[in-house]
Amino acid sequence: MNLSAYLAIIFGSIFVNNFVLARFLGLCPFVGVSKKTDEAVGMGMAVIFVMTLASAATWCIYHFVLLPGEQTGQNILSFVIGNRVSLVPILKNVSYILVIATLVQLVEIAMRKMSPGLYRALGIYLPLITTNCAVMGVALLNTTDAPRHFNFLEATVQGFSAGIGFLLAMLLMSAIRERLALSEVPESLRGLPVAFICAAMMALSFLGFAGILGTG
Amino acid sequence: MLKARLATCGFSSRQRKNGVPLREEFTKGIIRQNPVISLTPLGLCPTLAVTTSLKNGIAMGVATTAVLVSSNLIISIFKRLIPKEIRIPCYIVVIASFVTIVELTMQATLPPALNQQLGIFIPLIVVNCIILGRAEAFASKNTVAASFLDGLGAGLGFVLALALVSGIRELLGNGTLWGLAISGRYEPAATMIMAPGAFLVLGLLLGGYNLVRGRGAVSAAHAERIRPASRKPKGGEGVR
Repeated sequence: MNLSAYLAIIFGSIFVNNFVLARFLGLCPFVGVSKKTDEAVGMGMAVIFVMTLASAATWCIYHFVLLPGEQTGQNILSFVIGNRVSLVPILKNVSYILVIATLVQLVEIAMRKMSPGLYRALGIYLPLITTNCAVMGVALLNTTDAPRHFNFLEATVQGFSAGIGFLLAMLLMSAIRERLALSEVPESLRGLPVAFICAAMMALSFLGFAGILGTG
Repeated sequence: MLKARLATCGFSSRQRKNGVPLREEFTKGIIRQNPVISLTPLGLCPTLAVTTSLKNGIAMGVATTAVLVSSNLIISIFKRLIPKEIRIPCYIVVIASFVTIVELTMQATLPPALNQQLGIFIPLIVVNCIILGRAEAFASKNTVAASFLDGLGAGLGFVLALALVSGIRELLGNGTLWGLAISGRYEPAATMIMAPGAFLVLGLLLGGYNLVRGRGAVSAAHAERIRPASRKPKGGEGVR
């Protein structure tokens, strides 16, 4: 177990490759739910929760269902199709999105039963997360599109810290937008356009982290 | 559950009115109800992430259009067979299957460098809310022909928006257009093809759209934003 590898993953996904400001994932909630700080924090917390679980679940799907038999051709579909077929390219999209959608539903049900307080705070954001591309993005970046092989813990840590990075971006954006709502903005730039221009400046400052981890 | 989501995305479910020509379903998505350049932009992730060059933008737009048209077609054919309660998972499976087909086709036919640059944003077409939005708001309630034309129109609108954003970014950030140098004396501003340029170009484009659209409509849409806040803004200090 190499601690510096985990630190690199954490720092990398929060700052250097921030999911929102550098990788452009999860932009719909980033501009849609960032008008008020409370809502932004609620959304961010829900995303951290789902992203961590989704990273763990999709890592297991990839390594225990899709990948076995990649070399030998003996996978769960070979008795149906017969010849050698690789499962990863044909099933990864469908299986990942189904796992994420199911997980979101399960989390919602479990949360409503076990922790009504938490459900009241985060419940309304959960359905929106199914179509949040940051969740599916982190699943892909942990498995098929990973720069190197990630083990289970690394994948989960990456999911968790990517969620923290999302929360950070949401928090910064909502704080800026709460101020913007009270300031004199040219009429045609009011609302989303000026929010995007502010996001551009945030992204510019996050560029300062680029290269800290060498390859970035 | 998804109703709230689609409402935030600016979609309301509706059935086609009688007497509206089919041509209208095609043309509305291109400019008037463009999915990206509007008051409630959709599909933002690919719009900002892959628009570093005109070629990437067009490729992404065409891939999304292919998925949008096919999924609209299949969903409108099977609309009576899909149970109402589980329609969203059904739509998602249909969309994910078409994304897989498009992804494998692109890997087989397009140059590897282009596939490399589009990267995870091809599989992420699955979670593009334009596609799920059109499935829920239009294809699940309308005829096959109308859904096909609706998908094609919205897809062309998306291609157009991506071409606009990527054309501006490539021109300013690289001094080229479709890989061809435009002017020998221009010093490219590399920031424009990096992350900040994407936000800046889209922000200014949306601002320009509001300007063209007329001030009255804009201030009505954002009137609720300007009302006095009931409490002091917080959060700016804590996270610095």
